Amino acid sequence: MLEISNLIKSYPGDKAKKSGSQGARVFAINNVNLQVQQGEMFTLLGPSGCGKTTTLRSIAGLEHPDSGHISVKGRTLFQAGKGARTVNVAANRRGLGMVFQSYAIWPHMSVFDNVAFPLQVKPRSERPGKADIEQRVHRVLEVMELRQYADRQATKLSGGQQQRLALARALVIEPELLLLDEPLSNLDAKLRESLRYELKRLQRELGITSIYVTHDQIEALSLSSNIAVMRAGEVVQLGRPRDIYENPTSKFVAEFIGSSNFIHGDVVNRTGDNYVVDTAEGQLHLASSAEVPTGTKVSVSIRPETVDLTTQRPADLQNVLEGTVGTRAFLGDAVDHLVNVGKLEIRVRSLPNLSIEAGTKVFVKLPADKLALVPIG
Amino acid sequence: MSVATTTPEQAQRATTDAAPAGWRRLVPTPKVLILGVVALVVAYLAIVPLWFLIQGTFLDQNTSAFTLDGFTRAYTDDKAIEMMRNSIWFAVGSAVLSLVVGTALAFLNVRTDVPFKSLFFAGSIVPLIIPGILYTVAWIFLASPDIGLINYVLEPIFGKGVLDIYSVWGMIWVEGLHLSPITFLFMVAAFRAQDPSLEESALMSGASRWTVIRRITVPLLRPAIAASVLIMTVRALESFEVPALLGLQNGIYVFTSKIYFMLRTYPQDFNGAGALALGLLAIAALGMLVEHLMSKGAKAYQTVTGKGFRPRPIELGKWRPLAGAAIIGYFVLTVILPLLLLVYTSLLPYYQKPSGKAFKSMSLDNYNALLDMSKATTALKNSLFLGVAAATLVMILMAVAAWIVVRSGIRGRKLLDLLSFAPLVIPGLVLGLSLQFVYLRSPIAIYGTIWILLVAYCTRYLPYGMRYAVTSMQQISAELEESAAVSGATWWQVFRRVLLPLLMPGLLAGWIYIFVVSFRELSSSILLYSSGNEVLSILIWEQFENGSFTVLAALGVVMIAVLMVLVSIAYKLGAKVGLQQD
Repeated sequence: MLEISNLIKSYPGDKAKKSGSQGARVFAINNVNLQVQQGEMFTLLGPSGCGKTTTLRSIAGLEHPDSGHISVKGRTLFQAGKGARTVNVAANRRGLGMVFQSYAIWPHMSVFDNVAFPLQVKPRSERPGKADIEQRVHRVLEVMELRQYADRQATKLSGGQQQRLALARALVIEPELLLLDEPLSNLDAKLRESLRYELKRLQRELGITSIYVTHDQIEALSLSSNIAVMRAGEVVQLGRPRDIYENPTSKFVAEFIGSSNFIHGDVVNRTGDNYVVDTAEGQLHLASSAEVPTGTKVSVSIRPETVDLTTQRPADLQNVLEGTVGTRAFLGDAVDHLVNVGKLEIRVRSLPNLSIEAGTKVFVKLPADKLALVPIG
Repeated sequence: MSVATTTPEQAQRATTDAAPAGWRRLVPTPKVLILGVVALVVAYLAIVPLWFLIQGTFLDQNTSAFTLDGFTRAYTDDKAIEMMRNSIWFAVGSAVLSLVVGTALAFLNVRTDVPFKSLFFAGSIVPLIIPGILYTVAWIFLASPDIGLINYVLEPIFGKGVLDIYSVWGMIWVEGLHLSPITFLFMVAAFRAQDPSLEESALMSGASRWTVIRRITVPLLRPAIAASVLIMTVRALESFEVPALLGLQNGIYVFTSKIYFMLRTYPQDFNGAGALALGLLAIAALGMLVEHLMSKGAKAYQTVTGKGFRPRPIELGKWRPLAGAAIIGYFVLTVILPLLLLVYTSLLPYYQKPSGKAFKSMSLDNYNALLDMSKATTALKNSLFLGVAAATLVMILMAVAAWIVVRSGIRGRKLLDLLSFAPLVIPGLVLGLSLQFVYLRSPIAIYGTIWILLVAYCTRYLPYGMRYAVTSMQQISAELEESAAVSGATWWQVFRRVLLPLLMPGLLAGWIYIFVVSFRELSSSILLYSSGNEVLSILIWEQFENGSFTVLAALGVVMIAVLMVLVSIAYKLGAKVGLQQD
């Protein structure tokens, strides 16, 4: 439905600016390719400066990429580059809905006027009549549970209400595509959580294709049907939330989404998808679909919550490491143990009923199906 | 270390405290003493002139009996209605002109891809480096009906003297242009403070650029526009140089020039001048009050703001060269021409239109004459002394006052805040008149000396000093002070060893700013100077009255050169401490 290919946007680097020469350019987005299906909630996830917002603003038409192609439902919105006819549909002619991080609620208008604005400024030939506008605004305000505030000054709304108002304004023209730029980041933690589910329910019910930009991995994992993890202007991994969480393909993704333990080693044996990795603390067996030849230095990553911790020696000693508890931290809904295994420190997250005193000798089991192979670095 | 020094003292105090408890409480601690003195001085500077102004207005100048004659004479004069109409016409006209020019420039600068952006800020410091009196004189050279250069150029097309600077229109033109850079800075701040996503979201809603400007940008700027019109109207009302130099010629009076006129013609009518001064003061105060209330109301317009994305500048396309030409034109008109004309005139033996003969007669004689003129060197010395003294005194006072207002929990600190801002609404000329009342009657014999000028400057620039000091004080975390106190330091030690060093950059920036504005002060000085203690701006005024334009121009060039150096230092420092002066 949305297709982005070879999208590039660069700025002159700092050095080039000073000397005035054509120095190294800084790439805000470097060759981004994405396909988004109808009805999807697609998330661009990454740390600040990774290019996710620039990508979103390029789709919106608020940013002018250097080259590439953007189309929605076969309609080309942007096209530039070698040999291609240059197309750049103005932001106000793209017919997309957008929710800004700051909501961008117009403070000099009432709630009703804010929502009516996109209908009022349509070209005269497409503009609905006054009664029609009123009806459509009220309908969308109803969905957003803002009906009773219609006549209120927009700035008199609470943070959560302003967020819903911004959403109402984006949805009133029934856009093909909804763009959301960190819409929850201005809210406090409690409200953020409840609005997250609200947003998911709405998106599902309306079936509207949405692009969601966030740096919050929990938001991304809980909301999305697909996630593109971005770093330094490039998409580094793309997939369903569970895939990305369970099988990160790089150390960056493993660290950025959730937390991970990393154990360095060499691949010594491989049969099909089954690998044996030699580490300083012993051999680890694991399954991975990655193509890594024997002899390669790799990192084995494992999520803290998938590690088993026992004080008794397990019967099956495959992937079991021996160590002592260094630090114990009670987190309320979980408990963390930092276990020293040789020079390694392995973090283990367990249910709060497990509590082992520091200094106790323990065994950590790393289940073979929970280990992922990632390149070193 | 401070623990070591205070402990013995405290121990001693503890032993002596036990016996005679009574008298010790009466001896104020250094803290109480310093705070008390500062508060008293500020109160004295702010309240006494106003009190004497009221007295001087309502008590007959000869019999000291209560009288309303001053009001009768000032406001029922058959010229009074005309004077008030001129005042309003002049003030509003100048404000509107400066708003139109300043807003257009600010829009072009912040929101479009207009060329020559660096010229904008060069142009914006003009009112600081070219004092009003010199700017006005330069425009007399440009557009007076008999010697105006522009009239000379236009003569073949429109006939003789088509532009008349000695008219209300001329006054509006000069004042409006002189104010426009201030409006520009004000509106630039307003444009920049606007969350660009407010406009972007309108674009995303499908609105065209023009609709966005009409329905989002302008309505959101309304509070800033209203505030700047009010402030500029008040400033124009208080302006003395332009109405005095341009208006008096053809008998066009406004409040300030009328007050001046009443005091310069014999018999001096103090009651009448006081009545006019009170009227002007009331209007100025009302304007500032309304502005204050409006800016409070404008807070309702503030929304949550996200990360500041620079909006994509509007591409002017085929209009870009035209906009560039307009910028160049503005810069030439407001900066280059006036400066060039002053330099040109300063090199001539007598004022004449540019011609081969004129250029041949050029020399540095006027500058040499300045060196021989004992008055000129005295005036320069006086100006420098007053600048240094006023800036130093004000910043010392305000460093302490700012502490009282920002940090202490002392009751009535809001009052101190109010008092140090009060002089902001007192027009320079009114302050001059008030101080005349004070020191003609009080036993402190500083009337007719340079010290009365110092008092005037200190009073006028209290608010600026306060703003610098308070801003820097607010940037210092209270915990820095508290941790010093916990370490055992006394209040004075905390102030001297922790606060002052941290405040220094801000205080220094304030110091230079006050130096700059004191250096060019005219409207208070004009009523308070006496022969022998002239300052530079007064000397320029005297040269103007004598008609010696060439010496005046040389004096002006010297003054501008000094100001340029000072202002560039001020800007460097101001940028360092994150303050913007206007």
